[in-house]
Amino acid sequence: MILNREARQGLTLISPTLVYALLLLAAPLLTVVTFSFWTQDYLDIDTTITLNNYREAWTQPIYRTLIFRSLWVSLIVTLVTVILAFPIAYYLSFHVTRRKALWLFLITIPFWTSYLLRVFLWKVILGYNGVLNSALTGLGIIDEPLTFLLYNVNAVVITLAHAWAPFAILPIFVALEKIDRSLLEAAEDLGDGAVRRFFRVTLPLAMPGVIASTLIVLIPTVGDFVTPRLVGGTDGLMISNMIQIQFGKANNAPLGAALAVSSMVIVSSISLVIFLVGKKFGGRVQ
Amino acid sequence: MRPGRAKKLWNWLAVYAFLYMVFLYAPVILLPLFAFNESTIIAFPLSGFTTEWFTVLVNNDALARSVENSLFVAVTTAVVSTLLGACAARAAARYRFPGQKGVIGFIMLPLVLPEIIVAVALLVVLMQLGFSLSLWTVIAGHILICMPYSIAILSSAFQGLDRNLEEASFDLGETNWGTFKRVIFPLVLPGVISSLLITFTISLDEFIIAFFLTGTDATLPVYIWSQLRFPSKLPSIMALGTILLVLSIILLILAEWFRQRSAKRQGVEAAAGGFI
Repeated sequence: MILNREARQGLTLISPTLVYALLLLAAPLLTVVTFSFWTQDYLDIDTTITLNNYREAWTQPIYRTLIFRSLWVSLIVTLVTVILAFPIAYYLSFHVTRRKALWLFLITIPFWTSYLLRVFLWKVILGYNGVLNSALTGLGIIDEPLTFLLYNVNAVVITLAHAWAPFAILPIFVALEKIDRSLLEAAEDLGDGAVRRFFRVTLPLAMPGVIASTLIVLIPTVGDFVTPRLVGGTDGLMISNMIQIQFGKANNAPLGAALAVSSMVIVSSISLVIFLVGKKFGGRVQ
Repeated sequence: MRPGRAKKLWNWLAVYAFLYMVFLYAPVILLPLFAFNESTIIAFPLSGFTTEWFTVLVNNDALARSVENSLFVAVTTAVVSTLLGACAARAAARYRFPGQKGVIGFIMLPLVLPEIIVAVALLVVLMQLGFSLSLWTVIAGHILICMPYSIAILSSAFQGLDRNLEEASFDLGETNWGTFKRVIFPLVLPGVISSLLITFTISLDEFIIAFFLTGTDATLPVYIWSQLRFPSKLPSIMALGTILLVLSIILLILAEWFRQRSAKRQGVEAAAGGFI
């Protein structure tokens, strides 16, 4: 292929970054996929191609439970996070006129405190003698501390919804900012009430942002492993905890690789579906 | 919509926004509260004011070493990922070449990949190649996840560049290198500093990749993780968290300040979007 001068210069300039990404991202990802078809016996790797790891990953109840729980938790977290984030983004975009950037800065600050400590502090808030329980008993609203708050899936959902809040708000905010305000006036002039206008104009136009934040929250949360470990208890553990165990104590890296690949394939397919559905729904103003 | 009803809606949204901010800040506010709290137990009610937990930190060798390690990792990561990010951002903003979208999309991929996948993938390769884990392997992983942020920040800096300035410089007889040094670099410098600060902050706080890829040298988050198991160590960890919080806010304000300066230098009306 003959490239013109500009194309050659551009490719030369980007090549260091691209080579780095190829060597340290593409090659490792391919290796993980290859690895998942191998087997490990203590420290020896057997490179005969086999589907045994996948068979185990998909039939053993423990792995199935963990994979489905991870997906389920991530989907709930995503739903909660995006629904909670939308009104904030809407408020910032349509109501706050001065100091928008200050608001955005304030939203991102908590995200910049140590991730581990944020998760740990939720444990402090939700615990048996935690902030929430002592406040509620102190106010006389409850007699006994609530026990359904910590060491279960609820705690994982609350903590993750908190951790990913800025990632959900920002894309929706950007999409709302892009909406041409005269379209809203037009809808109003043509007799749409506030509710109809919202569902027929604002929401479809904001859809790219909603989809973006859905995917930005959904995909990484499937792989979170700190939150389930710290606040999830035994019923709240997720697939990444198992992946970590396989790579660590259990010394079965190929099975860990198969679990990682399986969960990524499922998440990617779900993401693709969400993306296509969202595109269809948000493609045009009805 | 009638004006009265609209106003009511905005009031409700304002109340919601306030509650949401309380939710966002709930854990962050607890950090300094427990850092200065006398009791060794992390629970309410608070018992009394003390700065003891901060003095405990000073004489902690393991902590000092992990801070040293983290600074080394974060500085190296910041420099390399900003350099690599600058190449990609400049290539994306200035040139058109086949496959451009795919290439950039691929480099930005770590932004949406779960960190555990990146960590596991690198770990498998390192194991296969027989590398031993060290701070360098952590750096390799951190560069990968920091590059996308660096590209995002620098892209706006490079896109704001007026091409005419560059051409004027060539017309006046400058070489490629001379133009870069005397025209382009000074204009994007604030963006570069902003990228350095952000990637430094990300690397400093990153846990999962560091946890998988570090050898015997713990980074700061790995050290914190090991301490979370010991209840007696928690108050000093709260103190440490408070210090980190203050430092990251300072770094972020600096980064934002540089970003705005960059916008102003290029005459872009982005200054209005700033918060300072």
